[in-house]
Amino acid sequence: MTHIQPTLDLSPKVSDEVRKTTCYMCACRCGINVHMKKDPLGDLKVAYIEGNRDHPVNKGVLCAKGSAGIMQHNAPSRLKSPMKRVGERGEGKFEDISWEEAYSIAESWLRPIRETNPEKLAFFTGRDQSQSFTSLWAQSFGTPNYAAHGGFCSVNMAAAGIYTMGGAFWEFGQPDWDHTKLFMLFGVAEDHDSNPIKMGIGKIKKRGARIIGVNPIRTGYNAVADDWVGITPGTDGLFILSMIHCLMKAGKIDLHYLAQYTDAAVLINGDEKSPEFGLKLRDDNGKELVIDRNTGKPAPFDKKGVKPDLAATMRVAGVTHRPVFHQMADMYLDEQYAPEAVADRCGISAKRIRTLAAELARVAFDEAFELEHEWTDFRGEHHTSMTGRPVSFHAMRGISAHANGFQTCRALHTLQIILGTVEVPGGFRFKPPYPKPATAHPKPHCKVTPNAPLDGPHLGFVHGPDDLALKEDGSPARIDKAFTWENPMSSHGLMHMVISNAYAGDPYKIDTLFMYMANMSWNSSMNTTGVQDMLTDKDESGEYVIPRIIYSDAYSSEMVAYADLILPDTTYLERHDCISLLDRPICEADAVADAIRWPVVEPDRNVKGFQSALCDLGARLGLPAFTNVDGSQKYADYADYIVNHERRPGVGPLAGWRMGENGLQGGRGSPNESQLDNYIENGGFFVEHIPDGANYYKPWNADYQDWAVKMGLYDSPQPYLFSLYSEPMRKFQLAAEGHGERQPPDHLRARIKEKMSPLPIWYETDQQGNEGFTVTALTQRPMAMYHSWGSQNAWLRQLHGCNPMYLPSNLMREHDLSDGDWAEITSPHGAITVPVMEMAALNANTIWTWNAIGKRKGAWALDEKAPEATKGFLLNHLIHELLPPKGDGLRWANSDPITGQAAWFDLKVAIKKVAAPADAQSQPNMPPINSPVGKGPSELKWKVGQ
Amino acid sequence: MTQLPTHTEKKLGLVIDLDTCVGCHACVISCKGWNTENYGAPLSDQDPYGADPSGTFLNRVHSYEVQPAQGDAQLIHFPKSCLHCEDAPCVTVCPTGASYKRVEDGIVLVNESDCIGCGLCAWACPYGAREMDAAEGVMKKCTLCVDRIYNENLPEVDREPSCVRTCPSNARHFGDLGDPNSDVSKLVAERGGMDLMPEQGTKPVNQYLPPRLKDRLAQDEDQIDILAPYLAPVATETKGFLSWLDKTLEKL
Amino acid sequence: MHPAPSVIFFSTFSGLGFGLLIFLGLGMPATTGFSAFIFFAIAYLLAVGGLISSTFHLGHPERALKAFSQWRSSWLSREAWCAVAALVLMAIYGAGLVFFGQRWTIIGLLGAIASLGTVFTTSMIYGQLKTIPRWNSPLTPANFLSLCIAGGALMAGQTTAAIILLAIAGAIQVATWLRGDTAFADSGTNMATATGLGNIGTVRAFEPPHTGTNYLLREFVHEIGRKHAQKLRIIAIVLMAVLPIFFLLIPFNHIMALLAVVAHVGGVLTARWLFFAEAEHVVGLYYGKR
Repeated sequence: MTHIQPTLDLSPKVSDEVRKTTCYMCACRCGINVHMKKDPLGDLKVAYIEGNRDHPVNKGVLCAKGSAGIMQHNAPSRLKSPMKRVGERGEGKFEDISWEEAYSIAESWLRPIRETNPEKLAFFTGRDQSQSFTSLWAQSFGTPNYAAHGGFCSVNMAAAGIYTMGGAFWEFGQPDWDHTKLFMLFGVAEDHDSNPIKMGIGKIKKRGARIIGVNPIRTGYNAVADDWVGITPGTDGLFILSMIHCLMKAGKIDLHYLAQYTDAAVLINGDEKSPEFGLKLRDDNGKELVIDRNTGKPAPFDKKGVKPDLAATMRVAGVTHRPVFHQMADMYLDEQYAPEAVADRCGISAKRIRTLAAELARVAFDEAFELEHEWTDFRGEHHTSMTGRPVSFHAMRGISAHANGFQTCRALHTLQIILGTVEVPGGFRFKPPYPKPATAHPKPHCKVTPNAPLDGPHLGFVHGPDDLALKEDGSPARIDKAFTWENPMSSHGLMHMVISNAYAGDPYKIDTLFMYMANMSWNSSMNTTGVQDMLTDKDESGEYVIPRIIYSDAYSSEMVAYADLILPDTTYLERHDCISLLDRPICEADAVADAIRWPVVEPDRNVKGFQSALCDLGARLGLPAFTNVDGSQKYADYADYIVNHERRPGVGPLAGWRMGENGLQGGRGSPNESQLDNYIENGGFFVEHIPDGANYYKPWNADYQDWAVKMGLYDSPQPYLFSLYSEPMRKFQLAAEGHGERQPPDHLRARIKEKMSPLPIWYETDQQGNEGFTVTALTQRPMAMYHSWGSQNAWLRQLHGCNPMYLPSNLMREHDLSDGDWAEITSPHGAITVPVMEMAALNANTIWTWNAIGKRKGAWALDEKAPEATKGFLLNHLIHELLPPKGDGLRWANSDPITGQAAWFDLKVAIKKVAAPADAQSQPNMPPINSPVGKGPSELKWKVGQ
Repeated sequence: MTQLPTHTEKKLGLVIDLDTCVGCHACVISCKGWNTENYGAPLSDQDPYGADPSGTFLNRVHSYEVQPAQGDAQLIHFPKSCLHCEDAPCVTVCPTGASYKRVEDGIVLVNESDCIGCGLCAWACPYGAREMDAAEGVMKKCTLCVDRIYNENLPEVDREPSCVRTCPSNARHFGDLGDPNSDVSKLVAERGGMDLMPEQGTKPVNQYLPPRLKDRLAQDEDQIDILAPYLAPVATETKGFLSWLDKTLEKL
Repeated sequence: MHPAPSVIFFSTFSGLGFGLLIFLGLGMPATTGFSAFIFFAIAYLLAVGGLISSTFHLGHPERALKAFSQWRSSWLSREAWCAVAALVLMAIYGAGLVFFGQRWTIIGLLGAIASLGTVFTTSMIYGQLKTIPRWNSPLTPANFLSLCIAGGALMAGQTTAAIILLAIAGAIQVATWLRGDTAFADSGTNMATATGLGNIGTVRAFEPPHTGTNYLLREFVHEIGRKHAQKLRIIAIVLMAVLPIFFLLIPFNHIMALLAVVAHVGGVLTARWLFFAEAEHVVGLYYGKR
């Protein structure tokens, strides 16, 4: 009998039009093809979203969040109109107003501030992807109080990378996926470079290369790692220094690389009496001095033909000046770093530490290879090939969100560098605009003048006490106390301290808090309940302690309820944006790239891209950067800014299709009125590949340096040495030792001397008040969720609608717990009651949960009985921005003493089994807030085309 | 016709690499997006913003913890969708002929206009590959993107299932498992691809590549012994180290 | 499995109805006229009512006619044919008895066979499923058929036959339970074969694919406490066989007969609820629910 089956249309129409833009479901910023279909009324609607195959970031792939963009774009939680608060703060009661009214309210608050004291405005942005724009606005306003959320997210990693090697992990660099043979991965945040890392893992797995995952929790990338090292949280630095100890002791280090490309051979002032003791010796031109092995004489490091000597010392006037490498030998050969000495603290056996170090050595040196690329280094020496060391590393928040995170990140870079695996084939590679040393970045600026812009960019890299953001009386210039003695190298600011400092009036009171996309009354704050109290507390006169709050968001987040004025943002498919080289790049190690977003659909609500609103508001306030000479508005909207703004002559937000002398060109050039159309035609992005031969050894490669200048990444070639030895840190130590005019307060001297070691060290984080709290509690971000956004997404919230606390098997037994039981988790600061689940592949003294799944009842247009609001919970309730009191009359910040990075992975807790709460709801269970947008529908049968 | 074809010209299916899947759910949502907008009724969601959200998905990613006799537990992410079995029990139980296996490529499909929503095919499937759509009352399942893989409106490179196209870590492969020379067949041969629940006798076309051996640097004494000499010390303290350094630099 | 009331009622009452039709078809009791009408009315009420109830769980009952098309492969399709054949044949046969006082033996015999076939095909819908080891056994059709015939005998007032058949049905029911209790373990399907990961070590389900529920969990992963199940089994066997036999052994009396029927129906409903509630689908392994 013949087989009968229906005839199918195998080539149905896929879409009426494909519009290519950039995803905004996390910080990865993939290219997307938005398939548009006509609905029954004939309107083009978003029907399907897939990855853009031509895009440099994702090359066609797309994660769950990206594919669920259609549900994000149509979420019922979208704000619909500007609003002003009509109830009390925290209630969520609002009245819709016009944009005109919103602007005039904002202007009436901000104009007097600018005219009298611009520092009374604190402007902080959260998941902002336009920081070069928002910072320009803040700078033009004149307030010193601007930053994005890097201070509680990434600053240890970013600053350690830039200070040490002129570039960082995170999305600023990547392993050489095509050549690496061993990839060692430390705790990674799943929202930065996420698709590239997954693609890279796929690539190296295909080649049979291997992965070592170092993480207390074996999920995600660690689950596919060939070897898993379930380290004790906060001890990564010790583990790394122990491997450095083993490798140095065995001579398994790349001496050529260290001598040529790092400061290992740079001489350090050995004169203990000198105010420059411990600083690098320099010639009259300020160039670091090395001993030239050819002559035995000191020479500037970059002199043509110089062979820097790692071993030789220089004796002058009875004082011996030794190179950095001597100090490293002194420090790291010490038995305190022997595997046996660190094994217990790290939770890794000494034998395993040795085996791992040996494997790094084996692959780096036995599997070294040459890539046939000719190149010339910055000293003018020509090389016929490039040496590859196929060991690569990557790390993110897991090692950085500790109070010893900066030094730990520095230690990891030191490990990479002694193996000679940075910017070499098979190793870790920078993505443009990196490499870019700390010295090529701006310094922080904080000089406030009424009715005038700030004296320069807010954020940057300090190189000593002189660069701190202090007022003349020595008090902090910034509301977040960034760049002060408490955290001198806080390059990203300290957004997590803004509300508590503003509430305390320390260092001063502010008038208006202006925030963008930052869910500070919920998952983006430590100490959530405390922050809610600070935002709603009133003084004796009945006024709010923080008098005015303006907030911009696209969605009905928990923070909306705590603001006085709401500026509704658009969804990512309704807006212009630029993913700019001036900002956070989307480049590849082999290419420079930037991208745009453009309105593939027009908003159907009374909303406006926040940046466009800032263009309007900036013009109303007469901010110089946003006003023409005649006083008229300079940029009609953000798109106008993107095309026409020039940061430096010829360098604007977008590098593609700029107007050159001979027509359109990439890199430098004057504004091109049809630039956005050029981008749209090209799929929403611009990419230009780095020429072969210029694409490795970039910090020292003359061809790369020239190319970078041509592209506008630098204004002149910037070759530099990697800083194994951090001179800026030594300068802070010198101050603490009593040198120099700017002196730290006495209570900080000892800490600065100890923690600001110019060579990486490891120290136990402050355990004051942790007696009885012995278990580390961590959070991880699920791959399918981004911050709090995922819960409003009907598809994604089905994946992660609630979050249990995962306990290792031993702690489950110890506390007589079974899956689904409840436990009270306490810290010195607070308590939560939550459901537990067992996980065997977990460090034996660590518990964890998914981050930001828990939601406040009433937020995100969810039902008040949504599992996110009943069972889901935040770990944030257990964490405080300050450490418990020590009895010294001071409150010390729960942050890294070098950068101020929030140390939320230092959290220690105790566990107690409890009966399920009567209502089976996790505790604390907060009262609902009003939803200003109503609730979502009861069923979805989504289909655009019919 | 719910009798199975005696022979299919091709055996199109997926090869899923359990060594590489990082559990990101990209395939789950890409599938949801494509199949909501395309083949048949949309994949509906009930109570999507409420207390008990529950929708139709054709592909779901499980995770399993495996405790070896020695060493650390392992975590394995485990995507699962229709395996397009050669002896598909879901097809033969269907009373209406709505479920069928295509003779040209072996894809198992549901002709929704013939489906009475009795659910028996889902009962017959050991893998949980079929889900009844609560809004439409018909059975939904993976179509292997039959409306993509031959679709002349798509560029040739995109004529693959949406889950495969979107998978960031390249843990999903699509091809003809009936052709021993296809890339997927070679991959299965190389990596020891396996059937799920072989004892059910369904002869699944989709294959799973098992995870590679884990934690060798902690377990495998041979490995450890081979590596030990790499750390033979050149010196034990600074002085000795510096003299080694000087000698070694001389040779550079 | 989810114990859907529609399917429990369907299989219990249509089983009873077709059981009665079998006996009527065989001429037991050999009645005609109004008395035959009553018997047939009861049988049709039960059988057709059950069939109608079974359509309640369909997503598209309006397409039910399509279910006749796949009799070559599908037990559900065969069931549809058998049921229609049985009902048509028995209608003709019944009309002969009621309106013409005629007993068309051949048609009655064919109707009885079709009725038996209906219950058999119903049972095979479940018995064929390898995915549910508890059902995948000849005991499943034996269980359905023995209950159908015993119930039929009871309804048809065949006291002696009913006593014997009830005893047999009860014994088969107990055997079905006992075999069923080890069926999953004996099936060879387990976490190791489901995931293929058994050669690495002991496999345990970690995070489910979705934190919420889904069709599969609702339909296939019904968990029932063991103690609870044992109690219900005792109730079921007592109601289904022990009490009816007891009532039938007492000298005949219509109240006792009615009590026997009521007890039997209650017992079969309970057993059918257990039949579904205790059935474990192998897909539960993927969710760590086995």
